[in-house]
Amino acid sequence: MTRSARNQLEQLDALEIPGKAVDRADFAADLAAHGWDEIRPGRLEIFQINLGRLCNMSCKHCHVDAGPDRIDQMDDETIDLCLAALDRSTAHTVDLTGGAPELHPRFRDLVEGCVERGKHVIDRCNLTVLLLEQTQGLPAWLAERGVEVVASLPHHRQRNTDAQRGTGAFHKSIAALRLLNEAGYGRGEGGRILTLMSNPAGAFLAGGQASTEREWKAALEREHGVTFDRLIALNNMPIARFQDWLVATGNLQPYQTRLVQAFNPQAIPGVMCRNTLSVRWDGRIYDCDFNQMLDLESLHPDEGLFHVRDFDQRRWDEHPVRTARHCYGCTAGAGSSCGGATVS
Amino acid sequence: MSYYSEDHLPRFPEIGEAAPELARKFFDYYGSVFADGALTAREKSLIALAVAHAVQCPYCIDAYSADCQEKGADLDQMTEAVHVACAIRGGASLVHGIQMRDHSDKTGM
Repeated sequence: MTRSARNQLEQLDALEIPGKAVDRADFAADLAAHGWDEIRPGRLEIFQINLGRLCNMSCKHCHVDAGPDRIDQMDDETIDLCLAALDRSTAHTVDLTGGAPELHPRFRDLVEGCVERGKHVIDRCNLTVLLLEQTQGLPAWLAERGVEVVASLPHHRQRNTDAQRGTGAFHKSIAALRLLNEAGYGRGEGGRILTLMSNPAGAFLAGGQASTEREWKAALEREHGVTFDRLIALNNMPIARFQDWLVATGNLQPYQTRLVQAFNPQAIPGVMCRNTLSVRWDGRIYDCDFNQMLDLESLHPDEGLFHVRDFDQRRWDEHPVRTARHCYGCTAGAGSSCGGATVS
Repeated sequence: MSYYSEDHLPRFPEIGEAAPELARKFFDYYGSVFADGALTAREKSLIALAVAHAVQCPYCIDAYSADCQEKGADLDQMTEAVHVACAIRGGASLVHGIQMRDHSDKTGM
């Protein structure tokens, strides 16, 4: 485990939360109080591949600490190992993320490989990347292959979007949404699904997904003439760059307290670690993208570590999920995952 | 010592330790008022924020500042809501000026 990951976990473990012990056992205790001695996977549905941390943006909330200076990227051999592991898995969906996955030199090869295998492919897109020279024509290319675009947009108005993603990000995002609309995305057509993903721009929880979606659809069409198909709302995880911001602004303890107090046992069955695995750029496998950033590798049932090279579906089915205090981010309120709220 | 204490808001349910049936009715009603209806929960939260400023309740200002954020309102929208409260309060003072003018017309030369 890197020093940074250890420090992040220790920061959370040291927080005094009203009514809770000062250690990471409180999440496990809350699970046990609701009949979950541990979290075990259900059926693996989503094979998430993090291609690396290279990104054209440096957002304040980023749990990946991605940015233009992050050069770790998945190599050719590991990409091929991912496709081979996909063939041995029960996953029906491949979720490509980063960083900005579109900046990886083999992004299109990987998409083609997944589509040829009949998988539903998700491109987790920061929107502004679509305005770069090297991605010209990408929306139409993705549309032809039926790739779902899950695009990050913190808010339908400029203030909160620019506050989180940098000055000018909002207008660039709107321009990118227009490109996607022109390629047929966000118009209710099957196979060209445009999903917006909203993270709160601050130390508070994500809003109600259905209500937010209705308001955003009306506002974005009225004010900017852009449309999308659905909205998912995701809580920010108190780790990595967002944790740094919480510490710097004195918000870490109140935010973690808010997550703990909003613990919703109904969210447990739908947590994404039960139907998703997350592959890092170097081929290591994690229970989620957040555990990936905290160097908490998935453990074999016999306590060894998973690598995509020797991925075995049956063993993954039997492995225990690793949890710590950051996991309250996925069980707060209506629940939170890469697919949005987990409680309707 | 201040008459207001930050820990009173989370202790609000203690009010039901006496006259519990009235408290239950109040909190049930309160929950229903703020659910999505003809107005969205976000619009109701912005109204609550404006009213909180009009009645100058620090508990409500804290509670509905946080609630508006979680409902997806941004600082511009929340500030406009406070201006609505300000305009109504200011207007309420100013419109009484007509009463003042009537008095002046009647009694002055």
